[in-house]
Amino acid sequence: MITVNDRDRIGWREGMTVEGLMKEMGYDYALITVTVDGVLVPEDDYGTFRLRDGSRVVVFHLAHGG
Amino acid sequence: MERTPRIHARIYERNVPGSTEKLAASSVGIAGCGGLGSNAAIALARAGIGRLILADRDLVEESNLNRQSFFLSDVGKVKVEALASMIAAINPGIRLDIHRTEVSPGNAAELFAEADLLIEAFDRAESKRWLMEAWCRSFPERPIVGASGISGIGKSSGIAVRSSGNIYIIGDQETSMEIGLCSARVGLVANMQANVAIALLTGMEI
Repeated sequence: MITVNDRDRIGWREGMTVEGLMKEMGYDYALITVTVDGVLVPEDDYGTFRLRDGSRVVVFHLAHGG
Repeated sequence: MERTPRIHARIYERNVPGSTEKLAASSVGIAGCGGLGSNAAIALARAGIGRLILADRDLVEESNLNRQSFFLSDVGKVKVEALASMIAAINPGIRLDIHRTEVSPGNAAELFAEADLLIEAFDRAESKRWLMEAWCRSFPERPIVGASGISGIGKSSGIAVRSSGNIYIIGDQETSMEIGLCSARVGLVANMQANVAIALLTGMEI
């Protein structure tokens, strides 16, 4: 089981990546940044970063403005 | 004229006990000196931060004045220089490193190498992301305090601090600058960024 934002529970599958999880959850890549177990995953690694069963994923939405 | 250390002691005599020495020994980097960065820098200066590393390539424009900590007389000046003058006017004892340059994925780690903590104060979401990636790659043990969702008016209670590991993001994570930016809401987030930074640097509860 993967936990997303301390709220959503998603079933874990062997070989599951950050990219796969984001597609499953319908997130838009252009406007998010993601941590897995407290470590930031660079966008370039979304397709290769494997989630383990029990991973805690946090998805931050990034909005323009400063 | 009084020596700086005596002025310093009086400025901070109302500080939270135990915080002044820790802040005086701390360095904070500010990436971008617009609505978030200028206001966060002023808050950190008033709190007694020892050193600020400021980076921004822009000049002050009239359209900045609705939310950024500059004056009409600053229009046309280099932002980091105008901000440095203001900080020096609050306390000339604060060490300032100013970089009039565009922060990029290639130079961010070098510019802020001596910062204990980085405030992300960019306006574009894509830039926020690469800065967080560059910082975490180079300094995974040092916090970065960013902002997302600072636009519009009201909805104060929608602004929250969310964190994971050493990443802290403040805002509503939703509102985008196309709806307009207002001094109070931008300043609220900037001051929350400074507040989180101060808590982290002094070992107090976020």
